[in-house]
Order: sequence, then structure tokens, then C-alpha cells
Amino acid sequence: MSRFELQHITKRFPTVTALDDVSFSFEHGEFFVLLGPTGAGKTTTLRVIAGLEKQDEGSILLDGHALDSYTPAERDVAFVFQQYSLYPTMTVYDNLAFPLRSPMRNTPEPEIRKKVDEAAEKLRITQLLNRKTAQLSGGEMQRVAIGRAIVRAPRLFLMDEPLSNLDAKLRESLRVELKHLQKTQGSTTLFVTHDQIEALTMADRIAVLNEGRIVQQGTPDDIYDKPGTTFVAQLVGTPKINLLKAGRQDGTIHVVDSGLTVPAPKLPLPESFLLGIRPEDIRPDPKGAFTANVNLIEPLGVETILHLRSGNNSLVGLVPGMAAQKVGEEIRFDIVREKLHFFGSDGARIVGDAR
Amino acid sequence: MATIELRKVEKKFGDLHAVKPLDLAIKDGEFVVLLGPSGCGKTTTLRMISGLETVTGGKILLNGKEVTWNHPSERDLAFVFQFYALYSHLSVRQNIAFPLQAQGMKKQDIDARLKEVVDILRIPHLLRARPGKLSGGDQQRVALARALVRRPSAFLMDEPLGALDAELRESMRAEIKNLHLAQHATTVYVTHDQIEAMAMGDRIVVMSKAEVQQVGTPMEVYYDPANLFVARFIGSPGMNLVKGRVSQGAVHIGDCGRSPFPPGWNTAITRALDGRDEVLMGFRPEAARVNGSGSFSGEVYTTDMHGAYTVLHVRICGDEIVHIRSDRQTSYPIGTPVKFELNPDMVRFFDPRTESAIRREAP
Repeated sequence: MSRFELQHITKRFPTVTALDDVSFSFEHGEFFVLLGPTGAGKTTTLRVIAGLEKQDEGSILLDGHALDSYTPAERDVAFVFQQYSLYPTMTVYDNLAFPLRSPMRNTPEPEIRKKVDEAAEKLRITQLLNRKTAQLSGGEMQRVAIGRAIVRAPRLFLMDEPLSNLDAKLRESLRVELKHLQKTQGSTTLFVTHDQIEALTMADRIAVLNEGRIVQQGTPDDIYDKPGTTFVAQLVGTPKINLLKAGRQDGTIHVVDSGLTVPAPKLPLPESFLLGIRPEDIRPDPKGAFTANVNLIEPLGVETILHLRSGNNSLVGLVPGMAAQKVGEEIRFDIVREKLHFFGSDGARIVGDAR
Repeated sequence: MATIELRKVEKKFGDLHAVKPLDLAIKDGEFVVLLGPSGCGKTTTLRMISGLETVTGGKILLNGKEVTWNHPSERDLAFVFQFYALYSHLSVRQNIAFPLQAQGMKKQDIDARLKEVVDILRIPHLLRARPGKLSGGDQQRVALARALVRRPSAFLMDEPLGALDAELRESMRAEIKNLHLAQHATTVYVTHDQIEAMAMGDRIVVMSKAEVQQVGTPMEVYYDPANLFVARFIGSPGMNLVKGRVSQGAVHIGDCGRSPFPPGWNTAITRALDGRDEVLMGFRPEAARVNGSGSFSGEVYTTDMHGAYTVLHVRICGDEIVHIRSDRQTSYPIGTPVKFELNPDMVRFFDPRTESAIRREAP
């Protein structure tokens, strides 16, 4: 059993503070995702954990023991990068066997064969073992790169946007494979991505990083259903959450410049705030309480995006299947009131009981 | 205003077909998307329409008149590229006005045209800026404005959103479509992104390996793909395709379930297979529903939360994985046995030998 813990990690570079008091921890067998935009400090975090970069402050603990003085090799972590970094002139088999043949490990060949075969089977690349890696497609190369990390059975997998270079279809299928593999192997994984779909679909828990700071940690359900800030609310979910200026008056919430009103929930709401509505929580209904004009329709097959205009506000709705609505039409709709989000002027989610 | 017609247009490099003979008639005001993976011939097709690439066979007609050998400048088409191709030493205003100045238009006419397009694209505040100082989205707006200001009879767009990040791509997608709805200029739009194609196109031309696979509305390519390529390429994830065996008016999927043919399929399948019994059954992820008394059984491979919904990946018959779209509440540990049911209206069949869709009889 192992538990990794980052305590108050700060990392400064000459012109920028890359990590500013970052703390989080994850357990053995967990799939933990660091999600954030470019430049948030995700890769620096991985490099500090791997020992490739030394933090200025704070400590990394494994089961309560500080790892800070350990070399990268002693930390026993495996890195999988966006670039595959395979040996192009070697076969897939030799690439997979390479980490086991290191003099430090001195693994006997029959055991190497067994481990390589196992990893290849899990990743469905058995038929590729005798090929040179230069002959493989992008998706196959990334499987081999993951395989090379697996054979070592490291304490921790560090994955730095490993799916980013692949096309959409391949990314989808590798996402499923990777998650299945991680859960059935019970390996501990720290996965870094800027792609909110990768984070939601694969993670047991997510830490959202922005400008070197952790802004929220939680399960995918927590992050999606209870975003702690407007930044997180807009980062996850596609199409993006609707954020509307609203005010409270006599127990009712009024959206500015529109006919949208809902009863105020039991929250300590200030006089003016932002109301968040996820697109799927806008439900067209002939008996709905509100009206809007349909500006634009984007049929995606499985669902349809409706761009609506309600008063002076633009709203985006998401409905299942092919929509019956037409551009230019006025429609009625309801909103799912239990799923509204409220944010203060500082962008923070408003929580707690109303006084 | 323009119609564009391609008659047996082809492009060969030596013995190699970049585009096999292609017929396509684009109506006035239509938004047509050329969709396919890289190397499928979509960009070459667009470049032949523009005149930037010569054809090696066939004819191109604009408004009914042949322009196959006309110079690009004689075709009155505006090209918008993935890379903005703006002049970095000129201001935004000068960039947009450039094509009109080149035509020798009077300054006051140029100003009037310019005002119109920058208002539509909401960039009046950028007119004095240099393109290098702008965000990717604004640079693409300027490139669009420069194309729009000419009032060409048609727009040709080559992956105009390809270089933008996901969030900006989504909002620019809606802006371009809005622009189209306002102007109704005939547009041919190239992309490899099926979501973009579905969201924007009046019709989609799906291409693969230098050949047209299907021409249809978003609805048609999604619900009635012409072949396995289209079935897999459209949708995210694509259509589930499972191997089946036909026997006595039903399709058997290995030992994990059987289903009688939905109405209208029996004769079509029998005729198409002509004595063979192997068939591919296709269904979209939302056509399946987990149901304790369902006709098909498998076990959960993984479950994904996508925010608004959940996708269950279910392993059936040992090695095939099917994707089932489900509501958020559905979540099962790996290995959980599940049963599911298919919506008979949304089941499709394909001939594994030709890879083509089998068409059911009209009801």
C-alpha cells in the first residue's frame, strides 16, 4: 500500500512562480488527474514528483516518509509522455524489455519474456512484438510507450498528456483501454491533461490547477455538479455552462434583462450574483415557464445544441437526439431548478444556509 | 449568389488518384461540408474548385458556366485558410480593405463595405491593431472579414478553425454558421472534425481514400450511414458494429443474444446476403438501453462520466466492446453483468463483404 502526499509545494523559476503552495494526496490504486489550462503548472508538478525538478519549498511524502532526498531512480516512478520516445530501430519487444534489461534490475530473460507477453496482451499489441517501432501508427506507438511503463511495475505512473497527439477516434478508444487497464491492474496513476473530457471520464479524483494553484479537488461528480468557482464551472462541460447576471428580490431570483425568474433557494445570496445553468438543464417544453428565440441549431446526431436568445441574454441549451425546433422560432422552456449554480462577484460558489 | 457543380472531377498524380471522379451539385446558398480524415482528398477537391489546383479530368461549373480552366481570380470565389495569411505589416483595416483596393474601388465605397463586415463580425474596435497582436479567434475573424468584404459569389473554407483551441473552435463554429444564416452565401467548408461537419453543414460529403463515401444531410449520415466507414467516422463514439449470424428471421450475436429483425428488414437482408449468413449489426450508443430483461448480455468494461451523461462500455461475446449512452445515475463496477435492449427503429445492418449498408424496404 502506498500513499503519495504533496505538502505545500512551491516552485519558482527566475521569472515566474510555477507552483504556489500546492498540496494534494492520492492513494494506492487511485487514478488521479491534474486538470488545467496550458501554463497552469501541471507538468512542473509531475517533474517535481519524479525528482527531475527540485521544489523550493514543501515536501513529497510516500507513506509518511519524505522522498525529497531520493534520486529519480530511487523514487521508482514511470513516466509516459505525449511524445512516445521509443527506440525506432528496436522491435516492439525490445522496447518493452528495455527497462527490465537495465543492469540495475538484472532480470533473467525468461522472466522478461513473461512480463513483456503479459503487458502486450493487456494492451492488445501481441501481434506487433516483432515489428520495428518506426513502422507503427501513432496509437500503436502510444500503446507500446504505456507497455514499457507497465512492465516495470513501478510504484507510480506519471502520465503527461499521453493522448494529446492522437486523433479523436483513437483518443476515445485509448481512453477506455487505459481506464480499464488501470482499474484491473490497480496501479496508481497521476495523469495530467488540459482536456476536461479526459479528466471527467478517467479520473477517480481530479485536482484543478490554475496559475500554479489548486483551485478545487474532488470526484468528477463533485467538479461537474458543484464547481467551486466560475473558472472551474467554465472549464468542465461542453457546451460551456451559461453564466447570467442575476439579482435577488423578495425571495425571487431575477436574471438581468430577461424574463427568467426562479424562487430563491435557501442560500446566503447577495443582491447581485451570477447564476449558472448547465446547457442540459435547459429543457424545451411547450408548457415551460419561459420563452426564447431560437438563433441557431447545431445538430450533432446524438444531441442537438440550441443557441437561444431570451431577453438580452444568450443561452445555450443541449437536447437529446435531433431537435424538432427551427431557427427563428419562439420556444418555451423550463430549467431544472435543483441544478442551478450561484457564484458571488469574486467568482466563488455560494454555499451554506441562508440566514 | 452561386451554384457550383462538379462533373466527374478527378485529380491524379501519376498513377495515384488524389481524388477519384466525383459528382457533386451544390445549390445556391447551401453550406456543404467536405469531411474526412487527412489524405482523403477533401482539400484537393476544394483547391480544384478554387482553381488553385488543376483537374486531370472532368468539369467544374459555376452558375452553370464552365470554369474548369479559368484562373482563380476569374472565378469570384473567396478562400479562407486554416492559417490566417494576414499581412503582418498592415493594420486590420488595411488587411480587410486590401482586396477592394486591389480592385480599384473608391475610398468611400470601401469604407461603407468595411463598416458592414466589421459590424457583422463584431471587430470595429480592432481596426487599428496589427494582426500579430490579436488572439487566434480575432485573427480568424479578420481573415473572414477580408473574404466577406469582397462579396464573392461563394466561400471556400479550408479548416478555418483547425488552429484554434477547443473552446474557441466551438464559439467560432457558431459565429460562422450565424454569418451564413445572415448572408446565405454558398459555402464549401473542409474539415476532418465530424462534430464541426454535423453542426454546420446543410449537407455533408464524407470522403475517404480519394472517394466520396456518402453525400447527405447530418441526419442521413448519422442515422443511415451508407457504409461501415461512415458509420464509424460519424458520431463520438461511432456506431457500434457487432458481428451477427442470420437465422430464421433473427440475428444472433454470438452466444450473447438474439433479436428478431425489426419490421422491414427481413427481405432486404435475405436478398443482400444472397445465401450467406454473416451480417454486421449497427446501432448508435443511444439506441441501447440497459434493462434487466434485455435480449443482449455482456459485462461492464468501464464506465465514463461525461458531465451531462454517462457512457457504459460493455464487453459482449468475449472480445467486442459496445458503447451505451446512459443517464448520469448509471454506474457499475468493472465486470458487472448487464443486459440491454435495442430500439428496433435505430438498428442498422451492413454486408460484411461489401461493407455497404443494407437498405430496408420502405414501410
